[in-house]
Amino acid sequence: MELLLKGAHVIDPQVALDDITDIRVVDGKIAEVGKNLEPVSSSAKVRDLTGKILTPGLVDLHVHLRDPGLEQKESIATGTAAAAHGGFTAVCCMPNTKPITDNALAVEYIQSVAQQVGKCRVHVSGACTQGEKGEALSEMGDMVAHGAVAFTDDGRGVQDSGMMRRVMDYAVQFDKVVMSHCQDEGLVGKGQVNEGVVSTRLGLAPWPAEGEELQIARDIALSRLTGCALQIQHMSTRRGIEMVRAAKAEGLKVTCEATPHHMFLTEDDIQDDYNTNLKVNPPLRTKEDAQALIEAVADGTVDVIVTDHAPHIKFEKDREFEIAPFGMIGLETSFALVYTHLVKPGIISWQRLVELMAINPRAVLRVEEVAIRPGSTADLSVFDTSIEWTVTEESFVSKAKNSGFLGHTLTGKPTDVFVGGRATMEEGVVCE
Amino acid sequence: MSETNAKVVCMDAAEIERSLTRIAHQILESNKGLKNVALVGIVTRGDLLAKRLVQKLEQIEGVKVPLGKLDISFYRDDFATYFSPEVHSTEIPFDIDGKTIVLIDDILFTGRTIRAALDALMDIGRPACVQLAVLVDRGHRQLPIRPDYVGKNLPSSLDESVRLFLEEVDGETAVEVMRIQAGQRAGSAPLNR
Amino acid sequence: MGFNHKHLIDLREYTADEISLILDTAERFRAVNERRIKKVPTLKGYTVVNMFNEPSTRTRSSFEIAEKRLSCDSLNFSGSGSSVEKGESLHDTVHTLCSYKIDAIVVRDRHAGVPQKIADISGVTVIDAGDGKHLHPTQALLDLYTIRQKYGHIDGLQVGIVGDISHSRVCGSLIPALKIMGAEVTVIAPQTLLPARPEVLGVDHVSSKFDEVLPQLDVVYMLRIQQERLEGAPFPTLREYNMLYGLSKDREHLMKPEAIICHPGPINRGIELDDYMADHPTRSKILDQVYAGVLVRMAALYLLLGGAEDGITA
Repeated sequence: MELLLKGAHVIDPQVALDDITDIRVVDGKIAEVGKNLEPVSSSAKVRDLTGKILTPGLVDLHVHLRDPGLEQKESIATGTAAAAHGGFTAVCCMPNTKPITDNALAVEYIQSVAQQVGKCRVHVSGACTQGEKGEALSEMGDMVAHGAVAFTDDGRGVQDSGMMRRVMDYAVQFDKVVMSHCQDEGLVGKGQVNEGVVSTRLGLAPWPAEGEELQIARDIALSRLTGCALQIQHMSTRRGIEMVRAAKAEGLKVTCEATPHHMFLTEDDIQDDYNTNLKVNPPLRTKEDAQALIEAVADGTVDVIVTDHAPHIKFEKDREFEIAPFGMIGLETSFALVYTHLVKPGIISWQRLVELMAINPRAVLRVEEVAIRPGSTADLSVFDTSIEWTVTEESFVSKAKNSGFLGHTLTGKPTDVFVGGRATMEEGVVCE
Repeated sequence: MSETNAKVVCMDAAEIERSLTRIAHQILESNKGLKNVALVGIVTRGDLLAKRLVQKLEQIEGVKVPLGKLDISFYRDDFATYFSPEVHSTEIPFDIDGKTIVLIDDILFTGRTIRAALDALMDIGRPACVQLAVLVDRGHRQLPIRPDYVGKNLPSSLDESVRLFLEEVDGETAVEVMRIQAGQRAGSAPLNR
Repeated sequence: MGFNHKHLIDLREYTADEISLILDTAERFRAVNERRIKKVPTLKGYTVVNMFNEPSTRTRSSFEIAEKRLSCDSLNFSGSGSSVEKGESLHDTVHTLCSYKIDAIVVRDRHAGVPQKIADISGVTVIDAGDGKHLHPTQALLDLYTIRQKYGHIDGLQVGIVGDISHSRVCGSLIPALKIMGAEVTVIAPQTLLPARPEVLGVDHVSSKFDEVLPQLDVVYMLRIQQERLEGAPFPTLREYNMLYGLSKDREHLMKPEAIICHPGPINRGIELDDYMADHPTRSKILDQVYAGVLVRMAALYLLLGGAEDGITA
């Protein structure tokens, strides 16, 4: 099976490529990269991608597919279709499903369903404690044996420091990353929004930055103590960034991620209409925090951009702020937001975008790297940066519409996605 | 100002003064004195006329009758469509039970103001009898209401507005007729024109 | 003067003149309330729903009396035992109520932001009767009325608010309203009972030294210690709270001779106020506040519903 991609501007810092060039894919792998390639076999499929940008396939390592158990919000089929629509070739799904993905059986279920109906690769993260209760270790070894790539109790912080230490001590033997959702429940309590102006103005229970930062500090210390690789999830505060920066300078195995909503929205966006799509965990912080995140994305402190894609049904969000669930969807706006707010104004380069959204996520997850060179798996994403579009509920392939960016006008859209050389999206339409 | 807005002065200050004097005499005559009589003026101009009438009655008869003012805004029947949040007040510093109340209004038109005033009055007490004095009766009644004392009968057309202006609040005293402009109401003149 | 508000939710959207108009209108209703027939036919044929999704006897009674005295029909729809408790969404509940062709919804809810949501959903006039820890505008108005009744004005007064500021929807409306009217506001509380950023509400001074502040105050506003709403005890014992922040006879010598005491009720006697202060014949304005509640609620209904069909032609 031969696929010839012609005329795209190909960007991959791994092979120092930043030029218009053609790519020949044979049997799911890149066979040849070069100018003016011609089809070899008569059955070759040729795609003209002139004017578009092609990169190694994007990976979102923080996604809630909600399957099993919460398929009314999203399913593996719809979530991966949304991922393809957002330009992603792979996602890593979080274990706070129903039941919790904390055993090999659940890992196998997700992988097998994804195999059958998925529109992208699905890497599975398992819970690091049984039932995400923070009380007893989960069977990480069995889950690794069945394909789990990482461990996290995402959605909750592990409250007991001794328990978190056991998780990290135990995970070291598998050479997997522990991804930490940092939230001290004692400090956060029933917190709804950032503690400060917005909590005071709207009379909502406050969620202090320190409720996140305390656990970041603790987990960095535990990474030092245990030698376990640590990924701090969805960073939202300036002081959190400073701690990660210091940990990296110290040479610890600490990485971190940031979401578009924590960079491009702030607590000030939560107005008197109590828009529940802006209720996220951790909460939207101040302008200064968002600015610190953007700087950290530019200077390398933030390793990965993720979406924390958190689908909810319309009626679940359409209610009182204090009882609406946390989270917003992100897969289908992530690229455009990063391109519009970071690449287009020159804050980061295209190369840096590829690092943040394609290269580093694979490195953090310790999955096969993808580069634009012969022999590499042909997971590829293609973008058209001339498209201007406005985010509406109709923009989404996801089952859920709970985006905090509805109404925003963005530049750039993924148009084509290839997973192992097979198109999952063509000219903006997800393939059946 | 275009010609259609032209106003006509129908009563000047002297004529108004003479009418009030006549009404004062009629009140005296018809009640055979001032025993048990009290005047209640409807804000915003009936109350001022009532004040003048009290003075006149005192000049004629040497008796100062009780004076009150009645704000009917809570009793209007057009609350849903017309609403003025101006702050007025009802001040009736005497017991109206058993009294002969002479209601005073400036211009009698549809009768709806008087209907509201009667209801307002009944919620305050139980007068023995209520009489109505108006400076101008311009016709077009929509309710069975008939004044007991009239300063001047002034047949008017529905697209005209008849308004009283008083020295105390407007800087001049006159009754004027003018054509209604689009969006304007036929009712009372705003204070301080 | 015009009055162009459809809802009474956030007093920060009102000017000093508009707030004064509400207070002046309340004064007109005082005359009505002091007659034998304490009722006017103004809102005859209007239907107001009192949607109380959280128990509240006092505020609801006050609204009910205000509505009855304006001759409107009112329906009490309480969240407990009704569809709300059965899991019906706010949207569905509001649409159901609106299908009855109502004119206004008075809403009390334990969740912040609900009145605005209802206003957005329903299209009818909405009066916030207290939402979560957010706002309580009619309480603020009755407080302003009471204070103005005493001093004849509000601007320039020193108002001290003592107690649980962070969990108080009264503060969410009263402090901004006092600022709009030109008063100077000090909040007096331990930091465990303060919001993160008191200045966002308009607070001028923050103190935890009641005895130092008390001598400057014209109005001492004692908040109720809402034991049912405190997440984790913010002070060790009620006894110690009373010692540090209670207003009792032994603090009276620190007060200005004319200073008045307000309290949104119901009082925890012996905690924030002792009997002597709560029942003080000249200083305590607590019952005046309750009375003012009926007056300002009548004024609010009257002004908000007036001319509703055409907008206002003043």
